[in-house]
Amino acid sequence: MSVINSRIPEGPLAQKWTNYKDHQKLVNPSNKRKLDVIIVGTGLAGASAAASLGEMGFNVKSFTIQDSPRRAHSIAAQGGINAAKNYPNDGDSVFRLFYDTIKGGDYRAREANVYRLAEVSNSIIDQCVAQGVPFAREYGGLLDNRSFGGAQVSRTFYAKGQTGQQLLLGAYQALMRQVNAGTVKLYTRTELVDIVIVNGKARGIIARDLVTGELKRHFGHAVVLATGGYGNTFFLSTNAMGSNGSAAIKAFHKGAMFANPCYAQIHPTCIPVHGEFQSKLTLMSESLRNDGRIWVPAKKEDAEAIRAGKLKPTQIAEENRDYYLERRYPAFGNLVPRDVASRAAKERCDAGFGVGATGLAVYLDFKSSIDRLGKNVIESRYGNLFQMYEKIVDENPYETPMMIYPAIHYTMGGIWVDYELQTNIPGLFAAGEANFSDHGANRLGASALMQGLADGYFVLPYTIQNYLADDIRTPRMTTNEPEFIETEKAVKTRFEKLMSIKGKRSVDSIHKELGLAMWDFVGMGRNKEGLQHAIQRIAEIKKEFWSNVRIPGDMKGMNIELEKASRLADFIEIGDLMARDALNREESCGGHFREEYQTEEGEALRQDDKFAYVSCWEFKGQDSEPALHKEELVYESVKMVQRNYK
Amino acid sequence: MEKTINLTLKVWRQNGPKEKGRFETFKVSNISTDSSFLEMMDILNEQLISENKEPVAFDHDCREGICGMCSLYINGRPHGPDDDVTTCQLHMRKFKDGETVTIEPWRAAAFPIIKDLIVDRSAFDKIIAAGGYVSVNTGGVPDANAIPIPKPDADDAMDAASCIGCGACVAACKNSSAMLFVSAKVSHLALLPQGRVEAARRAKAMVAKMDELGFGGCTNTGACEVECPKNISIANIARLNREYLVARLGE
Amino acid sequence: MSNFLTASIGRKFLMSITGLFLMMFILVHLCINLLLIFDDSGELFNLGANFMATNPAIKIMEPVLGLGFVVHIIWSLIISIQNMKARPVAYKVSQQTNSSSWASRNMLVLGALILVFLVMHIINFFWIIKFDPHSLSKVLIDGVEMEDTYTLVAGLFKASVVYDLMYVAGGLLLGFHLAHGFWSAFQTIGLSNKVWIKRLQFVATIYAILVAVGFSVIPLYFLIKF
Repeated sequence: MSVINSRIPEGPLAQKWTNYKDHQKLVNPSNKRKLDVIIVGTGLAGASAAASLGEMGFNVKSFTIQDSPRRAHSIAAQGGINAAKNYPNDGDSVFRLFYDTIKGGDYRAREANVYRLAEVSNSIIDQCVAQGVPFAREYGGLLDNRSFGGAQVSRTFYAKGQTGQQLLLGAYQALMRQVNAGTVKLYTRTELVDIVIVNGKARGIIARDLVTGELKRHFGHAVVLATGGYGNTFFLSTNAMGSNGSAAIKAFHKGAMFANPCYAQIHPTCIPVHGEFQSKLTLMSESLRNDGRIWVPAKKEDAEAIRAGKLKPTQIAEENRDYYLERRYPAFGNLVPRDVASRAAKERCDAGFGVGATGLAVYLDFKSSIDRLGKNVIESRYGNLFQMYEKIVDENPYETPMMIYPAIHYTMGGIWVDYELQTNIPGLFAAGEANFSDHGANRLGASALMQGLADGYFVLPYTIQNYLADDIRTPRMTTNEPEFIETEKAVKTRFEKLMSIKGKRSVDSIHKELGLAMWDFVGMGRNKEGLQHAIQRIAEIKKEFWSNVRIPGDMKGMNIELEKASRLADFIEIGDLMARDALNREESCGGHFREEYQTEEGEALRQDDKFAYVSCWEFKGQDSEPALHKEELVYESVKMVQRNYK
Repeated sequence: MEKTINLTLKVWRQNGPKEKGRFETFKVSNISTDSSFLEMMDILNEQLISENKEPVAFDHDCREGICGMCSLYINGRPHGPDDDVTTCQLHMRKFKDGETVTIEPWRAAAFPIIKDLIVDRSAFDKIIAAGGYVSVNTGGVPDANAIPIPKPDADDAMDAASCIGCGACVAACKNSSAMLFVSAKVSHLALLPQGRVEAARRAKAMVAKMDELGFGGCTNTGACEVECPKNISIANIARLNREYLVARLGE
Repeated sequence: MSNFLTASIGRKFLMSITGLFLMMFILVHLCINLLLIFDDSGELFNLGANFMATNPAIKIMEPVLGLGFVVHIIWSLIISIQNMKARPVAYKVSQQTNSSSWASRNMLVLGALILVFLVMHIINFFWIIKFDPHSLSKVLIDGVEMEDTYTLVAGLFKASVVYDLMYVAGGLLLGFHLAHGFWSAFQTIGLSNKVWIKRLQFVATIYAILVAVGFSVIPLYFLIKF
């Protein structure tokens, strides 16, 4: 059998992590200094791991493509971070957080990992408070909690609407403290361009200095990838412009498995696309759905008049509005989970009832809440979001309904890792959104921050030692070994090839084409025919890219188009993987919706007997199809049931 | 309602840190007023690429006003002619048809230019590394609710902590002073009991590093506060002064 | 402690302390000067001036005041040079009017103009009173013989419209300088916060108007009345 061994410790679920820690191998302090750890990415997972390993005495090298670790896209998370503290005394527990996460992930996550995540969640809050993260507090001086989707308890800690920012700054400051102490060497504006494997183990990376254009070799006894998700495959997403999936693809090429690539989360409340020039989609917090009612015109002619600018939404009479979520899901109404709300919006727009100039938008209306609660209450709850909306759209949401549309937000899939967060390549680890491990097919709100910090502060610092303990006799390499030289040469050849194409099309124009194909066929609603078409379409785009892309300038010095081109080449491969995985997974679960597999009411239909596994894709060469391996998911503590929000 | 405008852009171009820079003039047309300023820059770059010229290099990332990566001194103001926004959230409806827009990089000795409109802001990281943290290691910390913190203090700390490190304060200040940035971090941590413990040490170390890196001093013009996209108050500067003076005079 | 006075905040601390001290002096100075316009016989002013000239505490403070001026001026130059170095390349287009007041951006210019005024002012009055008292006539008030400084001051203001206008200008310059300097001094020594910053700015405006109007009114009084 296969390369797939999740290495889950023995014992009852609640004891696994404790047992693991009790029996794992450790590295003594004098040896830690001799061991180099490369950590790529400085988001929540990367920065927290680098800081923690630095504090422990390892010799850490931390890499970021940005000018500062603080720019990582973790900073943009708004809502909050979950933990099983049970401060509000509403019946929360580690098991309940574990259960909600498994269920929210539509029973496609690994039990042992998720339980550990829930277990360490409380330590994260303690750690962040000790670092000075200014979480919201009650008048009594204790921490405040709010509730979030998919849970019956209030377990979300938050810092205004900037929780991600504050947590990242906490980790960033801890990291900079280690930089000051000399245990972490920081490389900014430096991008990983390949991974070096020596005797089957990850032993370093080739990195490109984005300012000088130089390629540099770096040795590490272990390499950690904390490089985030690949949502930008779609070109338009809520991700930052620089977020990319290249590190994952480099690992994939070197033999690491890519797990569940098709699981991508689509967030229902984003500001709609308004023109071809659009570069990014802005998320409006999920909390808006607490007081906003979602609707489209009930009559097609009204929708057409609105799109033509002849009619205003406020002129549509109440009886001519279709509050389709309330109509379809009377029990949950506007508060159905993200995937359900997104699909329902798409369904209405596809049927010709969409609004906005493009017809790809629905209304989120606060009028009845304002009438009921008063403008002041709405302003105190959502004032900053309303202001942000007005800055972008130039419409006052107190007077006219907001327009929203779903957008790609987060990717649950990623680099396959075992219980120790190690990939199938020894010495290569993946943490945070970059790995696939904890969210199954759908991520709950406020869980991404929890997972990133859990991996970086409380999991990797243990598990990586278990690996490094066997490496204390491995001396530092000079990076003049043939493996380093050859890998660097291959990278150089690839960049030269990109530069030599000298075609006619800009990187962005091809990326937009890829994004469109992804959105149309590998987006919210997928089907066999569409996915087959997508695979073909992506192959065409790949060909177009490698024969017709234009990159001005040269390889020396800063060349932003070259950076983008290199990343797009990888996005094209990810797009292909996503389509293949989606085609293979003949069921609907979480963020993956196959139109052929739905209930009569149009709800997602899982096929637990056939697909209760993690799809692990193995690279077989540029001209061959990737091979599928399966990690069967075994549920011992929870029972798989169908989700229902009617 | 959407309409389009034509603009003349005067953009600072500089090939590298040591090269001589100059202004170049470009024309862009049919720019939707609904597009953001950076999307207008994207359009300019597409145009340049189609002419086989090098696109203008500028920093940007999240494009939702939180990462602090975007900069640009637009028509004489950091982050351009709108209040409380970063350049990525500045929209073209703030400009008139036919207008000439001058786009410059942040100008400060401590922020050397890397290329075109991109400057090196690693000085901010160095200031944080000098002391902008609470010295706790991972694990071994007390329960999160062990120390109650008065809500007003926590709220003030949060306001100070919302700094995004974009450097607009330095760009706006006639002295290129980093006092608003430094004071925001010193205030954030000094206001919380967890950070109070090493407040004196922190203030001294961060100010010393700031001085060393070539930022100017504060002359209380208040421009930083007005141009700060996150509304960080100069009351934080008063607090930094207080923390620093108490620390130094107590030596 | 050694490098305190060369650290950015240390330098500003010195500016602020000397500034606050000078502002106290200005207030005293203004009070005495206003005696000029409340008694045309000059008796009140001469009494005040004599008190200031003979009081031992004031005598001690005189060199301190001089030192205050010197430090304030020298450090302002050091600070300005340092601050200019922090931006070697200027902006081509810079629009600062809506983000800061003109006075706050031009404290050095205002200070320099005030210095010019100060030199003139010293030559006009202080120098004569201090080093050439014999040139002044004497008056006898309450049995005490003292220099008739009232005649010196009033004489100048009565005789020259140019000087009157120069002194009005001096008062105005000082007003602008202090409108920023007053609250800025408190801000620099840390005696300010979100609430007090507004109060201090309000008091600064009142104080600046008081100083500007107070000093200007004196030459104007003589110009109009005589």
